[in-house]
Amino acid sequence: MKLIFEKSVAGRHSDILPKCDVEPVELSARFARTDAPALPEMAEVDVARHYTELNDRVHGVNCGFYPLGSCTMKYNPRIDEDMAALPGFAGVHPLAPDYATEGCREVLETAKKYLCEVSGMDDMTFQPAAGAHGEFTGVLLIKQYHDARGDKKRTKIIVPDSAHGTNPATAAMCGFEVVNIDSAPDGCVDLEALKNALGEDTAGLMLTNPNTVGIFDPNILEITRLVHEAGGLCYYDGANLNAIMGVVRPGDMGFDCVHMNLHKTFATPHGGGGPGAGAVGCKDFLKEFLPRSVVMDGEGRIQVRSFAGNFLVTVRAVTYLLTLGREGIPEASQNAVLNANYLMRAIQGSFDLAFDRTCMHEFVLDLSEYKKETGVSALDVAKSLIDYGMHPPTMYFPLIVHEALMLEPTETESKETLDEAAAIFRKLYELGKTDPEPMHAAPHHAQIGRPDEVGAARHPVLRWQKPEE
Amino acid sequence: MNIPAELKYSTDHEWVRMDGDVAVIGVSDFAQDALGDLVFINLPEVGDAVTAGDAFGDVESVKAVSDLLSPVTGTVCEINEELLDAPEKINEDPYGAWMIKVENIEATEDLMDAAAYEEHCAAEE
Repeated sequence: MKLIFEKSVAGRHSDILPKCDVEPVELSARFARTDAPALPEMAEVDVARHYTELNDRVHGVNCGFYPLGSCTMKYNPRIDEDMAALPGFAGVHPLAPDYATEGCREVLETAKKYLCEVSGMDDMTFQPAAGAHGEFTGVLLIKQYHDARGDKKRTKIIVPDSAHGTNPATAAMCGFEVVNIDSAPDGCVDLEALKNALGEDTAGLMLTNPNTVGIFDPNILEITRLVHEAGGLCYYDGANLNAIMGVVRPGDMGFDCVHMNLHKTFATPHGGGGPGAGAVGCKDFLKEFLPRSVVMDGEGRIQVRSFAGNFLVTVRAVTYLLTLGREGIPEASQNAVLNANYLMRAIQGSFDLAFDRTCMHEFVLDLSEYKKETGVSALDVAKSLIDYGMHPPTMYFPLIVHEALMLEPTETESKETLDEAAAIFRKLYELGKTDPEPMHAAPHHAQIGRPDEVGAARHPVLRWQKPEE
Repeated sequence: MNIPAELKYSTDHEWVRMDGDVAVIGVSDFAQDALGDLVFINLPEVGDAVTAGDAFGDVESVKAVSDLLSPVTGTVCEINEELLDAPEKINEDPYGAWMIKVENIEATEDLMDAAAYEEHCAAEE
Protein backbone atom coordinates (compact mmCIF):
# COMPACT_ATOMS: atom_id res chain seq x y z
CA MET A 1 0.00 0.00 0.00
CA LYS A 2 1.29 3.46 -0.91
CA LEU A 3 1.79 6.18 1.67
CA ILE A 4 -0.46 9.20 1.30
CA PHE A 5 2.61 11.23 0.36
CA GLU A 6 3.32 8.85 -2.51
CA LYS A 7 -0.21 9.36 -3.82
CA SER A 8 0.26 13.11 -3.98
CA VAL A 9 -0.04 14.80 -7.40
CA ALA A 10 1.35 18.32 -7.66
CA GLY A 11 -1.39 20.91 -8.04
CA ARG A 12 -4.29 18.61 -7.13
CA HIS A 13 -6.51 19.79 -4.29
CA SER A 14 -9.75 19.13 -2.49
CA ASP A 15 -11.38 22.30 -1.39
CA ILE A 16 -13.16 25.06 -3.20
CA LEU A 17 -12.70 27.81 -0.67
CA PRO A 18 -15.10 30.75 -0.46
CA LYS A 19 -13.78 34.14 -1.44
CA CYS A 20 -11.76 35.71 1.36
CA ASP A 21 -13.91 38.32 3.08
CA VAL A 22 -11.25 39.97 5.23
CA GLU A 23 -8.23 42.05 4.31
CA PRO A 24 -5.17 39.84 3.72
CA VAL A 25 -2.41 40.39 6.27
CA GLU A 26 1.24 39.87 5.45
CA LEU A 27 3.12 37.95 8.13
CA SER A 28 6.39 39.41 9.24
CA ALA A 29 9.25 37.77 7.35
CA ARG A 30 10.55 36.65 10.73
CA PHE A 31 7.63 34.18 11.06
CA ALA A 32 6.96 33.28 7.45
CA ARG A 33 8.55 30.12 6.06
CA THR A 34 10.29 30.27 2.73
CA ASP A 35 9.58 26.73 1.47
CA ALA A 36 6.12 25.29 1.13
CA PRO A 37 5.55 22.40 3.55
CA ALA A 38 5.70 18.94 1.95
CA LEU A 39 2.01 18.14 2.35
CA PRO A 40 0.24 15.65 0.09
CA GLU A 41 -1.83 17.19 -2.68
CA MET A 42 -4.92 15.08 -3.30
CA ALA A 43 -8.57 15.15 -4.25
CA GLU A 44 -11.02 14.56 -1.42
CA VAL A 45 -12.19 11.27 -2.93
CA ASP A 46 -8.64 9.90 -2.91
CA VAL A 47 -8.12 10.99 0.67
CA ALA A 48 -11.34 9.23 1.68
CA ARG A 49 -10.29 6.05 -0.16
CA HIS A 50 -6.82 6.18 1.37
CA TYR A 51 -8.17 6.16 4.91
CA THR A 52 -10.82 3.57 4.09
CA GLU A 53 -8.05 1.34 2.76
CA LEU A 54 -6.08 1.85 5.97
CA ASN A 55 -9.22 1.09 7.97
CA ASP A 56 -9.57 -2.22 6.11
CA ARG A 57 -6.15 -3.22 7.38
CA VAL A 58 -6.78 -2.81 11.07
CA HIS A 59 -8.75 -4.81 13.60
CA GLY A 60 -10.66 -2.74 16.12
CA VAL A 61 -13.18 -3.56 18.81
CA ASN A 62 -15.90 -2.81 16.26
CA CYS A 63 -14.50 -5.54 13.94
CA GLY A 64 -14.45 -8.46 16.32
CA PHE A 65 -13.17 -10.01 19.54
CA TYR A 66 -10.10 -8.24 20.91
CA PRO A 67 -8.88 -10.06 24.06
CA LEU A 68 -5.59 -8.15 24.32
CA GLY A 69 -4.57 -8.78 27.93
CA SER A 70 -3.85 -5.81 30.16
CA CYS A 71 -5.30 -3.46 27.56
CA THR A 72 -9.03 -3.63 28.39
CA MET A 73 -10.25 -3.43 24.80
CA LYS A 74 -13.89 -3.15 25.77
CA TYR A 75 -16.59 -1.89 23.48
CA ASN A 76 -17.04 1.84 23.97
CA PRO A 77 -20.66 3.01 24.01
CA ARG A 78 -21.64 5.42 21.22
CA ILE A 79 -23.20 7.83 23.68
CA ASP A 80 -19.71 8.62 25.01
CA GLU A 81 -18.68 9.69 21.50
CA ASP A 82 -21.84 11.73 21.07
CA MET A 83 -21.19 13.66 24.27
CA ALA A 84 -17.52 14.27 23.41
CA ALA A 85 -18.63 15.62 20.02
CA LEU A 86 -20.97 18.24 21.51
CA PRO A 87 -19.74 21.55 20.12
CA GLY A 88 -19.60 23.12 23.60
CA PHE A 89 -17.02 20.50 24.60
CA ALA A 90 -15.28 19.80 21.30
CA GLY A 91 -14.94 23.45 20.33
CA VAL A 92 -14.04 25.02 23.66
CA HIS A 93 -10.88 27.11 23.77
CA PRO A 94 -8.73 26.49 26.83
CA LEU A 95 -8.32 30.24 27.34
CA ALA A 96 -12.04 30.98 27.05
CA PRO A 97 -13.33 33.15 29.92
CA ASP A 98 -14.82 31.46 32.96
CA TYR A 99 -18.41 32.30 32.09
CA ALA A 100 -18.03 30.39 28.79
CA THR A 101 -16.56 27.24 30.35
CA GLU A 102 -18.89 26.55 33.25
CA GLY A 103 -20.11 23.31 31.67
CA CYS A 104 -16.57 22.09 31.08
CA ARG A 105 -15.57 22.86 34.64
CA GLU A 106 -18.63 21.01 35.86
CA VAL A 107 -17.50 17.97 33.85
CA LEU A 108 -14.09 18.11 35.53
CA GLU A 109 -15.62 18.52 39.00
CA THR A 110 -18.04 15.65 38.37
CA ALA A 111 -15.23 13.46 37.06
CA LYS A 112 -13.14 14.25 40.11
CA LYS A 113 -16.00 13.50 42.51
CA TYR A 114 -16.90 10.13 40.96
CA LEU A 115 -13.36 8.98 40.23
CA CYS A 116 -12.24 9.88 43.76
CA GLU A 117 -15.19 7.78 44.93
CA VAL A 118 -14.13 4.86 42.69
CA SER A 119 -10.46 5.05 43.68
CA GLY A 120 -10.84 6.00 47.33
CA MET A 121 -8.76 9.14 46.88
CA ASP A 122 -9.34 12.73 48.07
CA ASP A 123 -8.15 14.87 45.19
CA MET A 124 -7.23 14.46 41.53
CA THR A 125 -5.52 16.01 38.51
CA PHE A 126 -6.62 15.44 34.93
CA GLN A 127 -3.46 16.75 33.30
CA PRO A 128 -1.57 13.52 32.54
CA ALA A 129 -2.04 12.53 28.91
CA ALA A 130 -2.07 8.74 29.40
CA GLY A 131 -1.13 5.93 31.77
CA ALA A 132 2.66 6.19 31.75
CA HIS A 133 2.40 9.96 32.12
CA GLY A 134 0.07 9.38 35.07
CA GLU A 135 2.62 7.04 36.66
CA PHE A 136 5.28 9.69 36.18
CA THR A 137 3.07 12.31 37.83
CA GLY A 138 2.14 9.97 40.69
CA VAL A 139 5.72 8.99 41.47
CA LEU A 140 6.72 12.67 41.36
CA LEU A 141 4.13 13.21 44.12
CA ILE A 142 5.98 10.61 46.19
CA LYS A 143 9.29 12.31 45.45
CA GLN A 144 7.92 15.72 46.40
CA TYR A 145 6.50 14.34 49.62
CA HIS A 146 9.86 13.02 50.78
CA ASP A 147 11.74 16.10 49.54
CA ALA A 148 9.35 18.46 51.33
CA ARG A 149 10.06 16.63 54.58
CA GLY A 150 13.78 16.91 54.00
CA ASP A 151 13.96 13.11 53.81
CA LYS A 152 16.71 12.88 51.19
CA LYS A 153 17.79 9.29 51.83
CA ARG A 154 14.79 7.71 50.08
CA THR A 155 16.25 6.85 46.71
CA LYS A 156 14.61 3.53 45.83
CA ILE A 157 11.30 2.45 44.37
CA ILE A 158 10.28 -1.19 44.70
CA VAL A 159 8.64 -2.86 41.70
CA PRO A 160 7.59 -6.52 41.46
CA ASP A 161 9.00 -8.52 38.53
CA SER A 162 5.50 -9.04 37.11
CA ALA A 163 4.95 -5.28 36.73
CA HIS A 164 4.29 -3.50 33.47
CA GLY A 165 7.56 -2.22 31.99
CA THR A 166 6.38 1.34 32.45
CA ASN A 167 6.70 1.00 36.25
CA PRO A 168 10.48 0.61 36.44
CA ALA A 169 10.81 3.09 33.56
CA THR A 170 8.75 5.64 35.50
CA ALA A 171 10.75 5.19 38.67
CA ALA A 172 14.00 5.60 36.73
CA MET A 173 12.70 8.70 34.92
CA CYS A 174 11.84 10.24 38.30
CA GLY A 175 15.45 9.72 39.38
CA PHE A 176 14.90 6.69 41.61
CA GLU A 177 16.83 3.47 41.72
CA VAL A 178 14.56 0.54 40.81
CA VAL A 179 14.51 -2.47 43.12
CA ASN A 180 12.95 -5.48 41.42
CA ILE A 181 11.45 -8.10 43.71
CA ASP A 182 10.66 -11.62 42.58
CA SER A 183 7.08 -12.85 42.64
CA ALA A 184 6.05 -15.73 44.85
CA PRO A 185 5.18 -18.97 42.99
CA ASP A 186 1.49 -17.97 43.02
CA GLY A 187 2.29 -14.83 41.04
CA CYS A 188 1.68 -12.48 43.99
CA VAL A 189 4.12 -10.31 45.94
CA ASP A 190 6.61 -12.38 47.93
CA LEU A 191 6.28 -10.87 51.42
CA GLU A 192 9.75 -12.03 52.47
CA ALA A 193 11.31 -10.50 49.36
CA LEU A 194 9.41 -7.29 50.07
CA LYS A 195 10.58 -7.19 53.69
CA ASN A 196 14.17 -7.70 52.56
CA ALA A 197 13.90 -4.89 50.03
CA LEU A 198 12.34 -2.38 52.44
CA GLY A 199 14.48 0.03 54.40
CA GLU A 200 15.31 3.63 55.17
CA ASP A 201 16.09 4.21 51.51
CA THR A 202 12.61 3.07 50.33
CA ALA A 203 10.70 5.91 48.69
CA GLY A 204 7.78 3.76 47.70
CA LEU A 205 6.24 0.71 46.04
CA MET A 206 4.50 0.59 42.67
CA LEU A 207 1.85 -2.10 42.31
CA THR A 208 -1.10 -3.20 40.22
CA ASN A 209 -3.83 -5.12 42.00
CA PRO A 210 -5.15 -7.39 40.61
CA ASN A 211 -1.68 -8.01 39.27
CA THR A 212 -0.50 -8.79 35.79
CA VAL A 213 -1.39 -12.47 35.94
CA GLY A 214 -4.97 -11.56 36.85
CA ILE A 215 -4.79 -12.41 40.55
CA PHE A 216 -5.97 -10.17 43.40
CA ASP A 217 -3.16 -10.13 45.95
CA PRO A 218 -4.66 -11.50 49.19
CA ASN A 219 -1.87 -9.86 51.22
CA ILE A 220 -2.49 -6.38 49.91
CA LEU A 221 -3.23 -4.81 53.32
CA GLU A 222 -0.08 -6.35 54.78
CA ILE A 223 1.94 -5.19 51.78
CA THR A 224 0.91 -1.55 52.08
CA ARG A 225 1.29 -1.69 55.87
CA LEU A 226 4.87 -2.93 55.55
CA VAL A 227 5.76 -0.19 53.06
CA HIS A 228 4.25 2.52 55.27
CA GLU A 229 6.01 1.11 58.32
CA ALA A 230 9.32 1.52 56.47
CA GLY A 231 8.42 5.14 55.70
CA GLY A 232 7.60 4.62 52.01
CA LEU A 233 4.44 5.44 50.09
CA CYS A 234 2.32 3.14 47.93
CA TYR A 235 1.49 3.88 44.32
CA TYR A 236 -1.42 2.10 42.64
CA ASP A 237 -1.05 1.52 38.92
CA GLY A 238 -4.62 1.63 37.64
CA ALA A 239 -3.86 -0.63 34.68
CA ASN A 240 -6.14 -3.34 36.06
CA LEU A 241 -8.82 -1.19 37.62
CA ASN A 242 -11.40 -2.69 35.26
CA ALA A 243 -11.51 -5.75 37.50
CA ILE A 244 -12.51 -3.94 40.68
CA MET A 245 -14.18 -0.59 40.00
CA GLY A 246 -16.98 0.06 42.42
CA VAL A 247 -16.17 -3.16 44.27
CA VAL A 248 -12.95 -2.43 46.17
CA ARG A 249 -10.97 0.81 46.27
CA PRO A 250 -7.19 1.31 46.05
CA GLY A 251 -7.51 3.94 48.78
CA ASP A 252 -8.94 1.31 51.12
CA MET A 253 -6.17 -1.14 50.21
CA GLY A 254 -3.68 1.37 51.64
CA PHE A 255 -2.50 3.14 48.50
CA ASP A 256 -1.57 6.81 48.74
CA CYS A 257 -1.83 7.78 45.09
CA VAL A 258 -3.14 6.19 41.91
CA HIS A 259 -3.48 6.76 38.23
CA MET A 260 -6.46 5.63 36.22
CA ASN A 261 -6.37 5.01 32.49
CA LEU A 262 -9.61 6.82 31.73
CA HIS A 263 -9.34 5.82 28.06
CA LYS A 264 -9.36 2.10 28.81
CA THR A 265 -11.33 1.59 32.00
CA PHE A 266 -13.83 4.37 31.35
CA ALA A 267 -14.40 3.80 27.66
CA THR A 268 -12.56 5.84 25.05
CA PRO A 269 -11.49 4.00 21.89
CA HIS A 270 -7.77 3.42 22.36
CA GLY A 271 -4.85 1.41 21.10
CA GLY A 272 -4.00 3.59 18.14
CA GLY A 273 -1.77 5.97 20.02
CA GLY A 274 -4.27 8.11 21.81
CA PRO A 275 -5.49 10.44 22.97
CA GLY A 276 -5.63 8.90 26.42
CA ALA A 277 -6.00 10.33 29.90
CA GLY A 278 -4.14 9.23 33.01
CA ALA A 279 -5.97 11.00 35.84
CA VAL A 280 -3.92 10.90 39.05
CA GLY A 281 -5.63 10.80 42.43
CA CYS A 282 -4.08 11.12 45.84
CA LYS A 283 -4.86 11.19 49.54
CA ASP A 284 -5.25 14.52 51.32
CA PHE A 285 -1.67 14.68 52.57
CA LEU A 286 -0.30 14.66 49.00
CA LYS A 287 -2.80 17.17 47.63
CA GLU A 288 -0.44 20.14 47.94
CA PHE A 289 1.94 18.53 45.44
CA LEU A 290 -0.60 17.93 42.67
CA PRO A 291 0.16 19.75 39.44
CA ARG A 292 -1.99 22.77 38.67
CA SER A 293 -2.56 24.68 35.51
CA VAL A 294 -0.29 27.70 35.65
CA VAL A 295 -2.58 29.67 33.37
CA MET A 296 -5.78 28.86 35.22
CA ASP A 297 -4.54 29.34 38.76
CA GLY A 298 -1.89 31.97 38.17
CA GLU A 299 0.32 30.13 40.68
CA GLY A 300 3.90 29.17 40.07
CA ARG A 301 3.12 25.50 40.60
CA ILE A 302 4.46 22.91 38.21
CA GLN A 303 2.20 21.47 35.53
CA VAL A 304 2.73 18.20 33.69
CA ARG A 305 0.58 19.18 30.74
CA SER A 306 -1.27 22.30 29.71
CA PHE A 307 -4.78 23.09 30.96
CA ALA A 308 -6.96 20.10 31.83
CA GLY A 309 -5.15 17.42 29.83
CA ASN A 310 -7.07 15.54 27.15
CA PHE A 311 -10.38 16.97 28.23
CA LEU A 312 -12.61 15.07 25.78
CA VAL A 313 -11.46 11.75 27.21
CA THR A 314 -12.66 13.01 30.59
CA VAL A 315 -16.00 13.92 28.99
CA ARG A 316 -16.33 10.31 27.80
CA ALA A 317 -15.39 9.00 31.26
CA VAL A 318 -18.05 11.15 32.93
CA THR A 319 -20.63 10.03 30.38
CA TYR A 320 -19.69 6.41 31.02
CA LEU A 321 -19.90 6.86 34.80
CA LEU A 322 -23.26 8.63 34.60
CA THR A 323 -24.68 6.10 32.15
CA LEU A 324 -23.72 3.08 34.25
CA GLY A 325 -24.30 4.65 37.63
CA ARG A 326 -23.67 3.27 41.08
CA GLU A 327 -25.04 -0.19 40.26
CA GLY A 328 -23.71 -0.40 36.72
CA ILE A 329 -20.06 0.37 37.47
CA PRO A 330 -19.48 -2.58 39.84
CA GLU A 331 -21.61 -4.78 37.58
CA ALA A 332 -19.28 -4.01 34.66
CA SER A 333 -16.30 -5.15 36.72
CA GLN A 334 -18.11 -8.25 37.95
CA ASN A 335 -18.96 -9.19 34.38
CA ALA A 336 -15.36 -8.58 33.29
CA VAL A 337 -14.25 -11.06 35.97
CA LEU A 338 -17.02 -13.52 35.14
CA ASN A 339 -16.19 -13.43 31.42
CA ALA A 340 -12.49 -14.00 32.08
CA ASN A 341 -13.20 -16.99 34.32
CA TYR A 342 -15.70 -18.42 31.85
CA LEU A 343 -13.26 -18.14 28.95
CA MET A 344 -10.39 -19.52 31.05
CA ARG A 345 -12.39 -22.63 32.02
CA ALA A 346 -13.65 -23.04 28.45
CA ILE A 347 -10.08 -23.10 27.11
CA GLN A 348 -8.75 -25.23 29.98
CA GLY A 349 -8.02 -28.78 28.94
CA SER A 350 -6.28 -27.59 25.81
CA PHE A 351 -3.50 -25.05 26.44
CA ASP A 352 -2.03 -24.97 29.98
CA LEU A 353 -3.07 -22.28 32.42
CA ALA A 354 -0.12 -20.45 33.96
CA PHE A 355 -2.05 -20.26 37.24
CA ASP A 356 -4.96 -22.64 37.76
CA ARG A 357 -7.15 -20.65 40.13
CA THR A 358 -10.07 -18.25 39.95
CA CYS A 359 -8.81 -15.22 38.08
CA MET A 360 -9.88 -11.60 38.01
CA HIS A 361 -10.36 -9.79 34.68
CA GLU A 362 -7.61 -11.61 32.78
CA PHE A 363 -5.66 -14.85 32.75
CA VAL A 364 -2.47 -16.23 31.28
CA LEU A 365 -1.88 -19.34 29.20
CA ASP A 366 1.55 -20.95 29.37
CA LEU A 367 2.54 -22.59 26.08
CA SER A 368 6.08 -23.60 27.02
CA GLU A 369 5.26 -27.32 27.34
CA TYR A 370 3.12 -27.19 24.23
CA LYS A 371 5.94 -25.56 22.28
CA LYS A 372 8.38 -28.26 23.36
CA GLU A 373 5.95 -30.92 22.24
CA THR A 374 4.77 -29.44 18.95
CA GLY A 375 7.24 -26.69 18.01
CA VAL A 376 4.31 -24.31 17.87
CA SER A 377 5.05 -21.13 19.82
CA ALA A 378 2.80 -18.57 21.49
CA LEU A 379 3.59 -16.33 18.52
CA ASP A 380 2.39 -19.00 16.05
CA VAL A 381 -0.89 -19.44 17.93
CA ALA A 382 -1.38 -15.67 18.20
CA LYS A 383 -0.82 -15.23 14.46
CA SER A 384 -3.12 -18.15 13.65
CA LEU A 385 -5.96 -16.50 15.58
CA ILE A 386 -5.91 -13.63 13.07
CA ASP A 387 -7.13 -16.03 10.37
CA TYR A 388 -10.24 -16.58 12.50
CA GLY A 389 -11.05 -12.87 12.66
CA MET A 390 -9.86 -12.49 16.22
CA HIS A 391 -7.28 -10.09 17.56
CA PRO A 392 -4.43 -12.02 19.23
CA PRO A 393 -4.03 -11.87 22.99
CA THR A 394 -1.02 -10.13 24.53
CA MET A 395 2.06 -12.25 23.84
CA TYR A 396 5.18 -12.93 25.87
CA PHE A 397 3.90 -10.91 28.80
CA PRO A 398 4.13 -11.05 31.75
CA LEU A 399 7.81 -11.96 31.54
CA ILE A 400 7.53 -14.35 34.49
CA VAL A 401 5.62 -16.78 32.24
CA HIS A 402 7.51 -18.10 29.20
CA GLU A 403 5.49 -18.48 25.99
CA ALA A 404 2.71 -16.50 27.59
CA LEU A 405 -0.60 -15.61 26.02
CA MET A 406 -2.61 -13.24 28.17
CA LEU A 407 -6.35 -12.89 27.61
CA GLU A 408 -8.67 -10.18 28.84
CA PRO A 409 -12.10 -10.62 27.28
CA THR A 410 -13.72 -7.60 29.11
CA GLU A 411 -17.32 -7.31 30.23
CA THR A 412 -18.76 -6.29 26.89
CA GLU A 413 -18.44 -9.70 25.19
CA SER A 414 -21.38 -12.09 24.96
CA LYS A 415 -21.37 -15.76 25.91
CA GLU A 416 -21.61 -16.62 22.19
CA THR A 417 -18.42 -14.66 21.44
CA LEU A 418 -16.59 -16.34 24.33
CA ASP A 419 -17.78 -19.81 23.26
CA GLU A 420 -16.63 -19.14 19.72
CA ALA A 421 -13.23 -17.90 20.92
CA ALA A 422 -12.75 -20.95 23.15
CA ALA A 423 -13.65 -23.25 20.24
CA ILE A 424 -11.01 -21.54 18.07
CA PHE A 425 -8.37 -21.93 20.77
CA ARG A 426 -9.24 -25.64 21.10
CA LYS A 427 -9.14 -26.11 17.36
CA LEU A 428 -5.70 -24.48 17.10
CA TYR A 429 -4.49 -26.63 20.00
CA GLU A 430 -5.37 -29.77 18.02
CA LEU A 431 -4.04 -28.32 14.77
CA GLY A 432 -0.64 -27.67 16.35
CA LYS A 433 -0.47 -31.32 17.34
CA THR A 434 -1.47 -32.75 13.97
CA ASP A 435 -0.46 -30.21 11.33
CA PRO A 436 1.80 -27.56 12.84
CA GLU A 437 3.60 -26.42 9.67
CA PRO A 438 1.02 -23.90 8.41
CA MET A 439 0.85 -22.30 11.85
CA HIS A 440 4.49 -21.23 11.60
CA ALA A 441 3.57 -19.04 8.63
CA ALA A 442 0.14 -17.82 9.78
CA PRO A 443 -1.84 -15.70 9.14
CA HIS A 444 -2.72 -16.91 5.66
CA HIS A 445 -5.90 -14.98 4.97
CA ALA A 446 -5.17 -11.58 6.47
CA GLN A 447 -4.30 -8.39 4.60
CA ILE A 448 -0.80 -8.61 6.04
CA GLY A 449 1.09 -11.84 6.72
CA ARG A 450 4.05 -11.80 9.04
CA PRO A 451 5.80 -8.47 8.99
CA ASP A 452 9.57 -8.54 9.40
CA GLU A 453 9.53 -7.43 13.03
CA VAL A 454 13.24 -8.04 13.50
CA GLY A 455 14.15 -6.04 10.41
CA ALA A 456 11.76 -3.28 11.44
CA ALA A 457 13.27 -3.10 14.92
CA ARG A 458 16.85 -3.23 13.71
CA HIS A 459 16.43 -0.77 10.88
CA PRO A 460 13.35 1.28 11.66
CA VAL A 461 12.03 3.66 9.03
CA LEU A 462 10.06 6.05 11.15
CA ARG A 463 8.99 8.76 8.74
CA TRP A 464 8.53 9.56 5.11
CA GLN A 465 11.24 11.68 3.59
CA LYS A 466 10.69 13.86 0.60
CA PRO A 467 12.76 12.49 -2.26
CA GLU A 468 15.54 14.77 -3.46
CA GLU A 469 14.43 16.68 -6.52
CA MET B 1 23.66 -26.49 21.34
CA ASN B 2 27.18 -25.12 21.35
CA ILE B 3 28.95 -25.03 24.75
CA PRO B 4 32.69 -24.46 24.29
CA ALA B 5 34.73 -26.43 26.82
CA GLU B 6 37.25 -23.66 27.49
CA LEU B 7 34.69 -21.18 28.90
CA LYS B 8 33.03 -20.81 32.31
CA TYR B 9 29.31 -20.17 32.67
CA SER B 10 26.97 -18.45 35.11
CA THR B 11 23.51 -19.72 36.09
CA ASP B 12 22.06 -16.71 34.19
CA HIS B 13 23.67 -17.94 30.96
CA GLU B 14 26.59 -15.56 30.67
CA TRP B 15 29.94 -16.97 29.63
CA VAL B 16 33.29 -15.81 30.99
CA ARG B 17 36.76 -16.19 29.52
CA MET B 18 39.79 -15.08 31.55
CA ASP B 19 42.38 -13.21 29.49
CA GLY B 20 45.09 -12.88 32.14
CA ASP B 21 43.50 -10.64 34.79
CA VAL B 22 40.70 -9.49 32.50
CA ALA B 23 37.31 -11.23 32.32
CA VAL B 24 35.71 -11.29 28.87
CA ILE B 25 31.92 -11.66 29.14
CA GLY B 26 29.14 -12.57 26.73
CA VAL B 27 25.93 -14.63 26.63
CA SER B 28 25.72 -18.32 25.76
CA ASP B 29 24.23 -20.02 22.74
CA PHE B 30 21.37 -21.23 24.97
CA ALA B 31 20.70 -17.62 26.02
CA GLN B 32 20.68 -16.17 22.51
CA ASP B 33 18.36 -18.93 21.37
CA ALA B 34 15.96 -18.35 24.29
CA LEU B 35 16.02 -14.59 23.79
CA GLY B 36 15.28 -14.78 20.08
CA ASP B 37 16.40 -12.28 17.45
CA LEU B 38 18.06 -9.40 19.24
CA VAL B 39 17.37 -5.91 18.01
CA PHE B 40 19.01 -3.69 20.60
CA ILE B 41 21.72 -3.83 23.25
CA ASN B 42 22.60 -1.46 26.07
CA LEU B 43 26.15 -1.76 27.40
CA PRO B 44 27.86 0.09 30.27
CA GLU B 45 30.62 2.62 29.67
CA VAL B 46 34.31 2.03 30.12
CA GLY B 47 35.17 2.84 33.74
CA ASP B 48 31.77 1.79 35.10
CA ALA B 49 31.73 -0.54 38.09
CA VAL B 50 29.89 -3.83 37.70
CA THR B 51 28.74 -6.08 40.54
CA ALA B 52 28.38 -9.85 40.43
CA GLY B 53 24.69 -10.72 40.17
CA ASP B 54 23.65 -7.19 39.13
CA ALA B 55 22.74 -5.97 35.67
CA PHE B 56 25.53 -4.51 33.54
CA GLY B 57 23.27 -3.86 30.56
CA ASP B 58 20.27 -5.22 28.75
CA VAL B 59 19.29 -6.78 25.47
CA GLU B 60 16.04 -6.32 23.63
CA SER B 61 14.41 -8.83 21.32
CA VAL B 62 11.09 -8.47 19.56
CA LYS B 63 9.65 -10.32 22.57
CA ALA B 64 11.11 -8.54 25.57
CA VAL B 65 13.91 -6.63 27.25
CA SER B 66 16.17 -8.76 29.43
CA ASP B 67 18.87 -7.74 31.89
CA LEU B 68 22.44 -8.89 31.36
CA LEU B 69 23.77 -10.00 34.75
CA SER B 70 27.43 -9.65 35.51
CA PRO B 71 29.16 -12.81 36.75
CA VAL B 72 31.99 -10.74 38.26
CA THR B 73 32.59 -7.60 40.33
CA GLY B 74 35.10 -5.19 38.85
CA THR B 75 35.60 -2.26 36.46
CA VAL B 76 34.66 -2.25 32.79
CA CYS B 77 37.82 -1.69 30.73
CA GLU B 78 36.44 -2.26 27.25
CA ILE B 79 33.06 -2.73 25.57
CA ASN B 80 32.31 -4.31 22.20
CA GLU B 81 31.02 -1.23 20.41
CA GLU B 82 30.41 -3.22 17.25
CA LEU B 83 27.40 -4.86 18.94
CA LEU B 84 25.66 -1.53 19.52
CA ASP B 85 25.05 -1.23 15.80
CA ALA B 86 24.80 -4.94 15.06
CA PRO B 87 23.19 -6.85 17.95
CA GLU B 88 22.41 -9.66 15.47
CA LYS B 89 26.06 -10.72 15.85
CA ILE B 90 25.08 -12.10 19.28
CA ASN B 91 22.60 -14.44 17.58
CA GLU B 92 25.02 -15.34 14.80
CA ASP B 93 28.11 -15.97 16.92
CA PRO B 94 27.38 -15.79 20.68
CA TYR B 95 30.88 -16.78 21.69
CA GLY B 96 32.59 -14.41 19.26
CA ALA B 97 30.30 -11.56 20.23
CA TRP B 98 31.84 -10.68 23.59
CA MET B 99 30.08 -7.79 25.32
CA ILE B 100 32.36 -6.35 27.97
CA LYS B 101 35.84 -6.82 29.40
CA VAL B 102 36.23 -6.35 33.15
CA GLU B 103 39.42 -5.68 35.11
CA ASN B 104 40.26 -5.19 38.82
CA ILE B 105 38.16 -8.22 39.57
CA GLU B 106 37.22 -8.32 43.26
CA ALA B 107 34.71 -11.13 43.25
CA THR B 108 33.39 -13.81 40.95
CA GLU B 109 30.18 -15.79 41.14
CA ASP B 110 30.47 -19.55 41.40
CA LEU B 111 30.86 -20.40 37.74
CA MET B 112 30.21 -23.73 36.04
CA ASP B 113 32.39 -25.62 33.61
CA ALA B 114 30.95 -26.73 30.28
CA ALA B 115 29.71 -30.09 31.56
CA ALA B 116 27.93 -28.61 34.57
CA TYR B 117 26.46 -25.85 32.39
CA GLU B 118 25.12 -28.36 29.90
CA GLU B 119 23.26 -30.07 32.75
CA HIS B 120 22.02 -26.70 33.99
CA CYS B 121 20.60 -25.94 30.52
CA ALA B 122 19.01 -29.37 30.23
CA ALA B 123 17.27 -28.76 33.57
CA GLU B 124 15.88 -25.45 32.29
CA GLU B 125 14.64 -26.88 29.02
